Amino acid sequence: MRDVRDALMVARNTDGKLVRRPLSPHLQVHRWPVSMALSILHRASGCALGVGTLLMTWWLVAAAQSEEAFARAQWFMGSILGKLLLFGWTVALMFHLCSGIRHLWMDSGRGFEKADYERSAWVVVGATAVLSVGTWIVALVFG
Amino acid sequence: MADSRNAPHVDMRRSPLGRARGLGSAKAGAAHWWAQRLTAAALVPLTLWFICSVIRLIGADQHAVVVWLSAPLPLVLMLALIAATFHHLQLGLQVVIEDYVHDHAAKLASVLGLKAVCALSALACFISVLKLGL
Repeated sequence: MRDVRDALMVARNTDGKLVRRPLSPHLQVHRWPVSMALSILHRASGCALGVGTLLMTWWLVAAAQSEEAFARAQWFMGSILGKLLLFGWTVALMFHLCSGIRHLWMDSGRGFEKADYERSAWVVVGATAVLSVGTWIVALVFG
Repeated sequence: MADSRNAPHVDMRRSPLGRARGLGSAKAGAAHWWAQRLTAAALVPLTLWFICSVIRLIGADQHAVVVWLSAPLPLVLMLALIAATFHHLQLGLQVVIEDYVHDHAAKLASVLGLKAVCALSALACFISVLKLGL
């Protein structure tokens, strides 16, 4: 042991010999249950939203800067690339929102039974699809 | 050589104080966790409100944004949204960095860099919104 944190990794086996505890295998050997995919996607969507927040920052700063700067930002948001980014932002946001509410619910200690855990995961997937598509229908009809 | 290093063994020669230092409770362990949840809960209504507001500003000119932010409620909600968003973002990405960057110096540098970028972006958003709305 070089560090106290190693204390959990080194232990005596039934013969009293010091052994290194086995580690669980890495990601690629596991199945992909929906709950695991959601957990990974929650983190990934959070990182993606960090980039989306820079987009919001640019939009606000451009509005405060000048009429031309804001017109440029608005033009970009309306372009194909801008719309693609905004659609990705919408999906990431809706997913992170729904998944985050599921996490807050589980923080209260509920929903950990396997059946509940998987059902709530699929509810998150469904709600993300409905909210993302719904937002864009409203945006395209009323925007 | 590498063999003997990897074989399970105990060679700790640190004093009990040296071992305890920096590993015990600082009485603030849950603060990060709570702040993350609190900002998350605040962001649920704020984000939904922001999406509705932004949809009405599709293709709008700068004047429309000034009109939007001149009302007290949107201005206050935007300031709250900016504060909650950047605080939540910074807390979340900090955990991601701490999970994947193991080198101590690189970890410290990237967490501090993240905090600097988030703080400066948040300030830029605050100032922009106030300039437009006041």
